[in-house]
Amino acid sequence: MTLESIRANSRLQIVLGLLFGICFGFLLQKGGVTDYNVIEGQLLLTDFTVVKVMLSAVMVGMIGFHVLRHFGYVRSHAAEGTLGANVIGGLIFGVGFALLGYCPGTVAGAVGTGALDALVGGMLGMLIGAGLFAEVYPKLRDSVLQKGPFPAVTVPEFLRLPTWIVIIVLEIAMIGLLAGLGYLGF
Amino acid sequence: MFEYLTLTSWSPYLAGAGIGVLCCLAFVLSDRPIGCSTAFVKLRGLIGRTINPEKTGRMDYYQEIVPKIDWALMIIPGVMIGAFISVLLSGSFHLLWVPSLWESTFGPSPLLRVIVALAGGILLGFGARWAGGCTSGHGINGSIQLSLASMVTAACFFAGGIATALLLFHGAGAW
Repeated sequence: MTLESIRANSRLQIVLGLLFGICFGFLLQKGGVTDYNVIEGQLLLTDFTVVKVMLSAVMVGMIGFHVLRHFGYVRSHAAEGTLGANVIGGLIFGVGFALLGYCPGTVAGAVGTGALDALVGGMLGMLIGAGLFAEVYPKLRDSVLQKGPFPAVTVPEFLRLPTWIVIIVLEIAMIGLLAGLGYLGF
Repeated sequence: MFEYLTLTSWSPYLAGAGIGVLCCLAFVLSDRPIGCSTAFVKLRGLIGRTINPEKTGRMDYYQEIVPKIDWALMIIPGVMIGAFISVLLSGSFHLLWVPSLWESTFGPSPLLRVIVALAGGILLGFGARWAGGCTSGHGINGSIQLSLASMVTAACFFAGGIATALLLFHGAGAW
């Protein structure tokens, strides 16, 4: 079975989506980030578990992705963004993030651990919010979502540096950040 | 090995590294970033089709993100099951309406907690679709791919989140 045939098999992909979700939810819970106290604590800057989990994932994934890409096993999905879409959307998301105390993945994980606020408030709210966005999408698509396109798709393109140099610098910066958090007692 | 699975929690670095490996596997086997907010659009679209099929069929957004049971939709039930298996193995499953950090500032009322959580969920779903992804899709998987837009988006998630959380908790403390 080739990679192409696995990716094109829609029934297999439904099963794989479920399996990836199960592993993801398991790891999120074991990492502690399906807990409201941990996520809200991160936003209140009293608990840095979310940063630790995210940076560790990015550090490992960044190297893995680019090695796999070098050998042709994966391709980039990075898309050009805009200030109107990514900055405004990101800030709206941030306000919701703090009010809810979960993000779209961890809210589902929290439901699995028995958090009823995540189910009745969070997941229901997410469905309503996604539906509202679908309503206003035609108006936003041709206006604000197009405003202020970023000058490049990737960071190496933006900085005009070789990809591997950017990866090395970012890896060192992330190690430094995690070491600094440890040093400060977080 | 099994003892490890029954631990209440792992080192966040280990769990994070596991997530990094998982994201790479998803790129290889499914040619997709693991994201969580698309599933909510698809599910909302499926609900819309049952309630008002004509209107849902006409909406542009559901032409682009087609409501159907596929890889992106299955991530969310998967995450629920995965987290459930994890707490089942460690024996830490418990039903909860009001998290302790919330209760310490806003009191034990489940109604107040659910109202604010619902408002937060609406903004979260709306903002995630506006930005085209979530903490996982942009924050982890976009960053892995060195996407400039994703890294800026992730910074905005936290900038908005930290500002709102500090206002919410410290503002409430001052009242």
